[in-house]
Amino acid sequence: MYRIVMLLLVATLFHASNVFAATELLNVSYDPTRELYQDFNKSFARHWKQKSGQDVTVKQSHGGSGKQARAVIDGLDADVVTLALAYDVDEIHNKAKLIPKDWQKRLPKNSSPYSSTIVFLVRKGNPKQIRDWNDLVRPGVSVITPNPKTSGGARWNYLAAWAYALKQKGGNEASAREFVGKLFRNVPVLDSGARGATTTFVQRGQGDVLIAWENEAFLAVNELGKDRFEIVVPSLSILAEPPVALVDKVVDRKGTRVVAQEYLKYLYSQEGQEIAAQNYYRPSDRKVAAKYAKLFPKLRLVTVDQTFGGWTRAQKTHFADGGTFDQIYRPGR
Amino acid sequence: MARSLKKSHAAGWGNLPGFAPTMGYTLLCLLVVVLVPLSTLFFKAATLTLDEFVGAVAAPRVLASYRVTFGAALLAAVTNAFFGVIVAWTLVRYRFPGRRILDALVDLPFALPTAVAGITLAGIFASNGWLGKVLEPLGVKVAFTPVGIWLAMVFIGLPFVVRTVQPVLQEFDREAEEAAACLGGNRWQICTRVVFPLMFPAVLTGFTLAFARAVGEYGSIVFIAGNMPMVSEITPLLIITKLEQYDYAGATAVAVVMLLVSFMLLLVLNLLQKWSRRYAEQ
Amino acid sequence: MRSNDMNSSHYPGVFRVQKAGALAEPLPVRLLLVAGTVLFLTLFLLLPLGALFSEALSKGWQEYRAALLEPDALSAMRLTLVTAVICVPFNLFFGIVASWCTAKFTFPGKSLLVTLIDLPFSVSPVVSGLVYVLVFGQQGWLGPWLQAHDIKIIFAVPGIVLATVFVTFPSVARELIPLMEAQGREEEEAALTLGAGGLQTFFRVTLPNVKWGLLYGVILCNARAMGEFGAVSVVSGHVRGATNTVPLQVEILYNEYNFVAAFAVASVLALLALVSLALKTFTEWKMRQLQKAGA
Repeated sequence: MYRIVMLLLVATLFHASNVFAATELLNVSYDPTRELYQDFNKSFARHWKQKSGQDVTVKQSHGGSGKQARAVIDGLDADVVTLALAYDVDEIHNKAKLIPKDWQKRLPKNSSPYSSTIVFLVRKGNPKQIRDWNDLVRPGVSVITPNPKTSGGARWNYLAAWAYALKQKGGNEASAREFVGKLFRNVPVLDSGARGATTTFVQRGQGDVLIAWENEAFLAVNELGKDRFEIVVPSLSILAEPPVALVDKVVDRKGTRVVAQEYLKYLYSQEGQEIAAQNYYRPSDRKVAAKYAKLFPKLRLVTVDQTFGGWTRAQKTHFADGGTFDQIYRPGR
Repeated sequence: MARSLKKSHAAGWGNLPGFAPTMGYTLLCLLVVVLVPLSTLFFKAATLTLDEFVGAVAAPRVLASYRVTFGAALLAAVTNAFFGVIVAWTLVRYRFPGRRILDALVDLPFALPTAVAGITLAGIFASNGWLGKVLEPLGVKVAFTPVGIWLAMVFIGLPFVVRTVQPVLQEFDREAEEAAACLGGNRWQICTRVVFPLMFPAVLTGFTLAFARAVGEYGSIVFIAGNMPMVSEITPLLIITKLEQYDYAGATAVAVVMLLVSFMLLLVLNLLQKWSRRYAEQ
Repeated sequence: MRSNDMNSSHYPGVFRVQKAGALAEPLPVRLLLVAGTVLFLTLFLLLPLGALFSEALSKGWQEYRAALLEPDALSAMRLTLVTAVICVPFNLFFGIVASWCTAKFTFPGKSLLVTLIDLPFSVSPVVSGLVYVLVFGQQGWLGPWLQAHDIKIIFAVPGIVLATVFVTFPSVARELIPLMEAQGREEEEAALTLGAGGLQTFFRVTLPNVKWGLLYGVILCNARAMGEFGAVSVVSGHVRGATNTVPLQVEILYNEYNFVAAFAVASVLALLALVSLALKTFTEWKMRQLQKAGA
């Protein structure tokens, strides 16, 4: 018995340490990219084999964007990170100096090979007649969105609503605050992550409308019931740019810089862009975008940089302790 | 025979061997596994100034979360103590069909990953779930309310009381009861004078552990609580919230407060238990 | 000789009409207690279990089987087993040692010691993981040194084991302490007076007396070791097929909207109930054998 136990133990320890010996990349990503990178990694392995003759396997790690960034900061050996918002990658620089400060300038399009936006998912037939953001603050409409304090995706939701109120006629900071406050008072459940919120809406039957990433909404409709839900595109939304970055300190230690660089570059290639589009991410490449134009409805998009002065500022004003989001729930209101 | 009825628990070291080595090993393990890792919390929290510390641990929202967390944990532990004793008693003393199966299933809440527990419970009690469908029209909302927190906490703490009381009852001399019966006591007297006092320390242990576990629980609760600030937000969720802002120090500050409060409560419960044992022995 | 707790004639069947005297509760009380037990356990155990299996089997056996045999699921099961195999013996040994010195002796600060042993149960699993990150993480006390020597603790198997040992630390000790205290130390003292050695006394007198507590301690410890999610999730790194335990794999599958596979993999942990059933039956049988041999 003892011998078997020891064997098992040694085998596993060996197995675990051996995993990193082969040419292997670790892509630390956030939750909704699982399907995308499953497809992309296969394609990249073929591409790399053709190009260099070497085999490469890409290991995936998924979780909440902030939690994943913390794991990298605390020593998870990620060759590349593909996270939900630039703020989380910035923190990898600020807290651990694993990447340079100007990481976002190193790749085209602000290091975002694909983008997405925030849309609504409603129940079939749209019983509450939800067409745009201002329908969400109507009394009696129940809205499901995750908690912006714990979910990166939810921060996009929040900022999109804020931007909508801001761009209305006579819109200003105060009216935006008022609008978003009203919206969140219609939220009965704050899940901790985007997929938790989707489950609450889809499986538990809570709420009339789910605010979600466009790609998540597509996925939910396709995976969980075309006959049960439909997507509503608001008049204005936010351009969500999930960034990717090479983790310099890690690739240099592991000697994987070349292949990791190629991995990120491949995201911008024709094949990479097609895979992104097939997984409902808006491709950044014009030609591929034109090809899939039917899939992605046109709408007015604002960016975090223009409207909110970048992620660091947005995070501080809205989502830090005591920020505008906390003020919504201040007692006595 | 007299052993269970009366014990000479004289103070002092006694004449049993092995105190020094066992105590040494116990302290060593405690130090390496518990105290050193936990001390990091204090060191990290100590990087805050006093104002920052108070700001982190005494914000209205955090205070509300203490109320929700400790309150629900207390209610859940009481529920578990009450039903745990009944379950343990029934499983040990009576024979009925299905007893063995129920007995074997008691540990399940530990083995099921907490997230699965939360998802399953939320599924059952949501308005479209098996029980939610029945309860909702009656005006009872469980999922996504503080009641859901209590429910999840009862579930995850369920094995503690059952499993601490069970062995005491199993190893318990029926002879003590028989003796008491010979002396002419009726069933109720025997239970209250002989059986309950012996069971009580174990019940208290189980209660303490169930309470402790419930206070720290996160995984199952977030799926069923609704997580509304000031209403159904638990303290461990706030710790996560702070971590999401890369505020390690703030997170550890809240963790330290929780740790100290739990420690005090556990200490009081353990002292109470010691006292109850003395009382039982008299 | 102590009474034989295995002898079921001591225990009334609920439905058997028996002289309800000073040794058994009246029939209505018995029925009420059994009904209470069944109701409570149905609500809190059978119903969730039913929901779990109904979800896991909602697409039939074929899907269920396939979900369990998927390579990532198998690798998660192996990692979970390894973790439990290291963690349970460690905590078992610690539990026996700690309960001996706290239950059989009186010393100042005893309640404090017991409370410190309890502490890991009250620490939020998230924080239990966090403390190991603060010790072994890149920004932590030992992180830079460990990296310089190419030793991996967190985001690898050792970290998962450590976190699991932490969260299950009190299980065996806290089962044994109240039980040993309830039994006092007269039997041990008698054995020593009769000339038995210390270890002999322990194995022949103490251990048989606490067998049930020991068993429940091991079962609980094992269950929690296999089922722990929060703490392990912080130190695991979630690398598919490498550092995912069964609970983490369940979360991944669930987040992929692969509900059938998620619940199927989770249901494997429900089989643990069978293990505890087998262990209990075996212990009862063994005790009966011993008693026969002793008689």
